[in-house]
Amino acid sequence: MTPPPDPTPAPVLPKLPTGIAGFDFIAQGGIPAGRTTLVCGTAGSAKTVFAAQFLAEGVRRYGEAGVLVTFEEAADDIRRNMESLDWPIAQWEAEGRWAFVDASPVAGDEGPIAGDFDLGGLLARIENAVHRTGATRVSLDSVATVFARFEHHATVRSELLRITQALRTMGVTSVITAERTQEYGEIARFGVEEFVTDNVVILRNVLEDERRRRTIEILKFRGAPHGKGEFPFTIIPGDGVVVIPLSAIELQQHSSDVRISSGNRELDRMCGGGFFRDSIILVSGATGTGKTLMTAEFLNGGFAEGERCLVFAFEESREQLMRNARGWGVDFEAAERAGLLRLNCEYPEVMGLEDHLIRMKSVIDAFGPQRIAVDSLSALERISSSRGFREFVIGLTSFVKHRQVAGLFTSTTPSLLGGDSVTDAHISSITDSIILLRYVEIFGEMRRGATVLKMRGSMHEKQIREFMIDGTGMHIGRAFSNVQGILAGRPRQVSASEIDRLGTLFADE
Amino acid sequence: MADETGAADAPAIVLQLFVTGQTPRSLRALANLRRICDLRLPGRYEIRVVDVLERPQVAEEARVLATPTLIRLAPAPNRRVIGDLSDERRVIDGLELDGAAGSSLPASFP
Repeated sequence: MTPPPDPTPAPVLPKLPTGIAGFDFIAQGGIPAGRTTLVCGTAGSAKTVFAAQFLAEGVRRYGEAGVLVTFEEAADDIRRNMESLDWPIAQWEAEGRWAFVDASPVAGDEGPIAGDFDLGGLLARIENAVHRTGATRVSLDSVATVFARFEHHATVRSELLRITQALRTMGVTSVITAERTQEYGEIARFGVEEFVTDNVVILRNVLEDERRRRTIEILKFRGAPHGKGEFPFTIIPGDGVVVIPLSAIELQQHSSDVRISSGNRELDRMCGGGFFRDSIILVSGATGTGKTLMTAEFLNGGFAEGERCLVFAFEESREQLMRNARGWGVDFEAAERAGLLRLNCEYPEVMGLEDHLIRMKSVIDAFGPQRIAVDSLSALERISSSRGFREFVIGLTSFVKHRQVAGLFTSTTPSLLGGDSVTDAHISSITDSIILLRYVEIFGEMRRGATVLKMRGSMHEKQIREFMIDGTGMHIGRAFSNVQGILAGRPRQVSASEIDRLGTLFADE
Repeated sequence: MADETGAADAPAIVLQLFVTGQTPRSLRALANLRRICDLRLPGRYEIRVVDVLERPQVAEEARVLATPTLIRLAPAPNRRVIGDLSDERRVIDGLELDGAAGSSLPASFP
């Protein structure tokens, strides 16, 4: 039997970039051009911002005029509310690049229904606004209100369908928002999705581990590909909705062969000649093992090369950092005066993780560093769910690597000896190199050991080396050759004869 | 459609009827309205018909969504009735033709 011939593949619909940061990436180009996309969400899920931003980005990025049909909030309220996002809507209206069709209810405006009706008045007003401005983008926000105003839901439904068809005939790309009653359940109230079925986007505002988490999901684009799943987003003054396409980022950054110094010659040797230019290094250890010191030396290595270094500190204040560095012979003040260092100290709790990411990105872009240190990542983990944290780390590392910047992140392990850390488990696969700092108890004395656990794309030393800390920094000495079980947190002395015996087991022929 | 007036002197009521073109529904609404007015306020009403397709800006200013929409412009305050006006009772209530609108005419039902 011969298989039936392949049906002609459905033509892929062209997309219209919304201009909403990150959204076009997950939407693989934008929303279907010339069609209507339904944007659903519960109260407070940023539907209005999305609908208005679709138009605002059209005006300011692509020179396309837009019409906002507002059913719920009065045009005046929207003008005022969107000022906080720095969108000069009144000015755009004066320039003929933005028009409102104010369909919001006015007290006393409603009358009884005495017979058949249609929404011809609304359609005529929309058409008029589109023709007057030459708009190619139209948003309707939110249609649930129309159902609340006219009890004849069948009529409203068929009239809204007629309006979406008219929009299509006019060749405009449109966004219709609709209410949902719950985050996971029916797509929209009043069966709105029954007449705008082709393209559905869902906005969510979920309480997760006592924290609000906004996500956006493209449920379907008929005849067009798109990213799957929920993506976190946030709302920023001046930008509006910013989608963070974390899970969609392909980890395909081209890697550099250029080595840079870790700031410690012995550590460079352990890493096979230094860190890679665009690599992310995770330094993991219990409190007091020397993570912040390693950070300071990493920055100092940058200063020596005249590189700009940026620090995000979430555990210590500026003064503490300065004092610590001075104690190890690293002069942060001088580096700062020379413009080579910027210290960014913040409490993790001041904002959500998504907002931290956006802020860090903008600081990175503004300063343009060659090296970045985050001390510590585990402090940020406190304010997020584990999934949100992992997405944050992926987002940050990919952003950093795209800029050919070396990043050193620290992570604090909860136990003093050994070291299982949630942070490490979440992000160890994302980072290029992992350096472990450990306490080693030998004959009742706490000593410190360092080892390079992983060094992507390079040979590295496998030994656990002892190091000391003094007023000139970190001094890496010999390997703990007669101790076992350091990484497991159970150091055990091994007699010389046993080492000899093990040595012969694996002796080269 | 031209404005029409059924009043020689100052009309007792001024009505604005928004319709979409010359559809059967539009014509039905106008016919229903005339019939009610002729019964209730013969010679004392004025109807201004607005076709939203020709004058969308007027619909915009009046913030009309549905057609037909009937607005009582005078006497104040404005009152609205939506639909083809086939439900006479609702039209009369909506326009307050019984009493409040100053109509002293006896009620006369078909």
